[in-house]
Amino acid sequence: MKKMELSLQETKEMFMYVAEQMIASKELLTEADMVIGDGDHGIGMAKGFTAVREKLNGDEFTSLDEICKTVGFALMMSIGGASGAIFGTLYQGAAKSLTGQTTFTATALSTMLESGLDAVKVRGKSKPGDKTMVDALEPAATASKACLSLHLGEALSVATEAARLGMEKTKEMVATMGRAKSLGERSLGHPDPGAISTHLILNFMTEYVKGV
Amino acid sequence: MKTIKKIINDPQNVVPEAIDGLIAASHGTLKKIPGKNVVVKTRPTPNKVGIVIGGGSGHEPVAAGFIGENLADGAACGNVFASPTPDIILETIKAVNNGAGVLNLVLNYAGDNLNFEIGSEMAEAEGIAVRSVQIMDDVASAPASRITDRRGIAGYVFAIKVAGAASAMLGDFDEIERVTIKARDNIRSMGVAISAGSIPENGAPTFELGDDEIEIGMGIHGEPGVARRKLIPADQLVTEMMAIILADLPFQRGDEVCLLVNNLGATTLMELFIVNRRIRMILEEKGIGVHDTLVGNYCTSLEMAGFSISLMKLDAELKKYYDVPVTSPALTRR
Repeated sequence: MKKMELSLQETKEMFMYVAEQMIASKELLTEADMVIGDGDHGIGMAKGFTAVREKLNGDEFTSLDEICKTVGFALMMSIGGASGAIFGTLYQGAAKSLTGQTTFTATALSTMLESGLDAVKVRGKSKPGDKTMVDALEPAATASKACLSLHLGEALSVATEAARLGMEKTKEMVATMGRAKSLGERSLGHPDPGAISTHLILNFMTEYVKGV
Repeated sequence: MKTIKKIINDPQNVVPEAIDGLIAASHGTLKKIPGKNVVVKTRPTPNKVGIVIGGGSGHEPVAAGFIGENLADGAACGNVFASPTPDIILETIKAVNNGAGVLNLVLNYAGDNLNFEIGSEMAEAEGIAVRSVQIMDDVASAPASRITDRRGIAGYVFAIKVAGAASAMLGDFDEIERVTIKARDNIRSMGVAISAGSIPENGAPTFELGDDEIEIGMGIHGEPGVARRKLIPADQLVTEMMAIILADLPFQRGDEVCLLVNNLGATTLMELFIVNRRIRMILEEKGIGVHDTLVGNYCTSLEMAGFSISLMKLDAELKKYYDVPVTSPALTRR
């Protein structure tokens, strides 16, 4: 069934589904980070989304921004390292565009990605081409702008594919940020773990919406 | 995956259990904030700018081991090799602030910088004056032209010692910050690894190195250095490392330095002394005087085998603060 939008409760369930699937992606992310970083990205994300699951389970929400803020705060205060700060900032930044809203639509998706992207760029002082999660997030945010009239599931599919292509392109980039920076040219050929996580998050959102 | 032998209990609990053990060894001078990996003095020093240190765990005795008289006031401790989260940093800042403000000494890594930035903004929102100085002493991590990209390693100890003394003796926040930055700018370090440590949670070695290989310039989380090669005799290795360190500042004839020969975790004191012997020969040849020498475990990297050399060039002002007596679990100088 094609869903135009998600209710507040369904949106919360979507983030719960994302949390479950991100926890299940621990090994994949660990392996991706072992070749390019210090191998702790999988542990960190699993820890962060475990905290997200607990927080979402425990709280009642009256608007989308509350859900998003809760996810961001849980990630930021549980992961540590650059991932916690950046992925926490992504959700907290996204929350700012959703104030008072109660239905998750293609338009809400687009403004949320844009707002999250802006916050991440300011906090991380990163730009496209630096081999970071921005290289997956920015194409997704841009692609989502052309999808405002689509069903939510279709818009998410487009954004996810854009994120996947952006993530693939990080293989051709030399890391200039974070711990992978130390590798320099040796980071070539491997995708950025943060970009992989960004693609996965969007992918799991899509899976949830398509399954609704 | 090969199981790595470690003397631990639940890998999830290594950080709080190590903190408890450190506190138990502090003769009542340190305490933990309940439920948080935050260590502070039992009896805070009144009316002074608080010095907050911290970062990922796995570098013991950095950071909490350097809390004490005329040293740091509190430490925010993250998980192994992961910076503390902003709420932990906020708790630490609040705990050491007694109205005069707080100076963070932050090892220059993306995660530490981001989390300290967010934690400091949260503290500022509560009305606390917070500043941060980044420590970036590892000459192997970036060329001098990109000095702000350099990683912070064992030279951190010298920066903590000077900042702690300055905060105890000076009232003015600007002056304390200036002296701390001056110390930071006069510290240069470099490490070498001969075998990897491993993360307790997944047992994964932090890097792969052949049986007969060493990596010169290896970082304290296993970040790549400047050269990987076959093992060479200690004197030759030290000579190569010292050439790079001395040329960087540069340290010159007539200079006076503090010297730290730091164990990265699994290297013996016997080897460190052999290293120190050669360092002193080189410094003597170059006409560089040694004001103080520290040899041992100061900024480790789990059970990585290898060592780092840190030098801090002194002038009269830095010497004055460096010579202030200190007491802490990891460093006592009277």
